[in-house]
Amino acid sequence: MAEAEIKVAKKESSDPASQYRAAFRYMLLARTFEERTASLYRAGKIVGGVFMGKGQEAFSVGLALALDKEREDIYGPLIRDQAGRLAFGEQLIDAARTYLGSVKGPMRARDGNVHRGNIHDGMIPMISHLGSHISVVSGRLIGKRFNNKSNFVGGVCIGDGGTSTGAFHEALNQAAVEKLPLVVAVADNQFAYSTSTERQFACKDLVDRAIGYGFEGYSIDGTNLDVCLETFDKAVNRAREGHGPQLVIGHLLRLCGHGEHDDASYISDERKKQAFGGDCLQIAQQHLLDSGISNKIEISQWTSDIVKQVEDATSAAQREPGPDPFQETWQALSTSHLSEGNATT
Amino acid sequence: MSITYLEAIQAAQDKALEDNESVYIYGQDVGSFGGAFKATKNLAKKYPGRVIDAPISEDAMVGSAIGASAEGMRPVLEMQFADFSTVAINQIGNQAATQFWRTGVPCPITVRLPSGGTEGGGPFHSQSMEAIYAQYPGLIILTPGTVEDAYSMLLEAIEIDDPVIFCEHKYLYYHLKADRLPHKNLPVGKARIARAGKHATVVTYSAMLHEALLAADGLKEEGWDIEIVDLRSIKPIDTDTILASVARTGRLLCVSEAFPWGGVNAEVISRVTSEGFHLLDAPPQRLNAKDTPIPFHPDLWKTHRPTSQAIASSLRNLLRY
Ligand SMILES: Cc1ncc(C[n+]2csc(CCOP(=O)(O)OP(=O)(O)O)c2C)c(N)n1
Repeated sequence: MAEAEIKVAKKESSDPASQYRAAFRYMLLARTFEERTASLYRAGKIVGGVFMGKGQEAFSVGLALALDKEREDIYGPLIRDQAGRLAFGEQLIDAARTYLGSVKGPMRARDGNVHRGNIHDGMIPMISHLGSHISVVSGRLIGKRFNNKSNFVGGVCIGDGGTSTGAFHEALNQAAVEKLPLVVAVADNQFAYSTSTERQFACKDLVDRAIGYGFEGYSIDGTNLDVCLETFDKAVNRAREGHGPQLVIGHLLRLCGHGEHDDASYISDERKKQAFGGDCLQIAQQHLLDSGISNKIEISQWTSDIVKQVEDATSAAQREPGPDPFQETWQALSTSHLSEGNATT
Repeated sequence: MSITYLEAIQAAQDKALEDNESVYIYGQDVGSFGGAFKATKNLAKKYPGRVIDAPISEDAMVGSAIGASAEGMRPVLEMQFADFSTVAINQIGNQAATQFWRTGVPCPITVRLPSGGTEGGGPFHSQSMEAIYAQYPGLIILTPGTVEDAYSMLLEAIEIDDPVIFCEHKYLYYHLKADRLPHKNLPVGKARIARAGKHATVVTYSAMLHEALLAADGLKEEGWDIEIVDLRSIKPIDTDTILASVARTGRLLCVSEAFPWGGVNAEVISRVTSEGFHLLDAPPQRLNAKDTPIPFHPDLWKTHRPTSQAIASSLRNLLRY
């Protein structure tokens, strides 16, 4: 599969051009897959909601590519991190299965879509409550430290709105107190659902908080893939080398509704022309061409490969069975003899 | 030699740390200070790096414990007071409790809640949270009412592969003493007949067990033999033991220190009426704290919570029916 090929490219070569090419392909794969889920959503084929990462793929992929599963790094993605999930190692079929309600998906149809994850693989299955997964990532790092491991890093994603939660504050403060190798990536996409940032926080730039928490901070153009790759590379290395937690704020714009149910009429076209309003995928593609890192023929080959992969994954997942309520154990505990199950009716 | 309920909790944590390298303790002031109640006294010194002070961040405490458990650790968290665990209710009820069902990966964390009222505790240092947590699928809720149970059930809690809410009662910390710690005890999930009787059953747990025992002693002088079931664990509830007792006595009074709406008493009565209606000679009754915040002044507090006198009076009404 071309997916695997992208991974090979990542592993075999860490020179900036190869990394850029790999990153671009993850972004393109994510965008193509999400557009497919959006059209399936409109066709009524998706169980639950669809939330896209359109406009933030560069920022998302930047963190995930800097992480390394072989060093047991932990990744805590959120709703707009399809690109990062793929770059971290998620199989496209598992994403498709979750959206399409296949029982073979990682959540076995018990939980859906963006909540999917794989604990053993280091990818946290987020719950809805924003901010609450950050301390879970920290806990993984604390656990590794207890187990005398070293060289691991945790990367965790959140939006501008999620930074207003108590959980975010508690987790960042805790991570700094514990001097954890944690990289927190805040995608400031100018909106939290319909609420713009003036109603969300009153500091000039969320990176101002870094100093208060005791983090090293970065405030970057989240639409520029080069900058994203470079910054996350640095932040992840700083964390790995023992410089403590890192806060990376990416400035960008959500180029879609909050979810596919939302037409985002409250985001003006003007906004897209202002700073950080561009489409990171187009910007990256232009850069590939301008710099000669790739060319039109290669990009169109990548595109057709990716379209096929997406088609294959979604149609395979659609053919798979959904869950069978009669096969369900209805037990929330792993200790079965203590489970009340349906004792009370 | 005698050992208090609080010392039993300290001893259980000591043993867990000794026996299992994966165990660590995390909570506010639990380190060299030994905890607000001294439940972790001397442990930080004895187990360097494994008994750790936490910032005042109950949400992050539980969140991080969930993450650490996925790395093979067995975190034991101390909430300074049960009341403050509401700050972590999201991590407990939505994150820890759902994890196994959502992902198939167990979440072995133990959250200790110093629970229940004491004189002068007031509205925010007195609450009994067990029924609130019992609402969430995926949690085990323990409410030890004896020194022996405090010890053995805490050890068991730490070994259980699911999140356990361990409701230890502050009123029992110093009052309750035993001669020695148990080697063997009833397992989690089993209720105990704390007092055998034949005229009525009291189902209760935690500090109310002792109020009920006092009430039963008083009624003995009036010629009544009261049977007392100590639930020990409120999730799961040992319905069989309750039903067997009601089958013997035909009368049921449920006593809990928690607020009245819903809760453990309502759950027990619901199960007994639906599964053992034919066993009942009188309508089942319940006694809870009053439906107001918990008062600060001892004179108010003593009336707010069920006492042995209130239990005795409820029992007399039940026996007269
Ligand atoms: C604690 C909490 N409150 C409310 C919500 C509902 N909610 C889901 S996404 C969202 C907006 C999030 O905005 P932001 O964090 O900026 O991320 P973005 O959607 O822009 O990527 C809201 C309010 C939630 N998931 N969690």
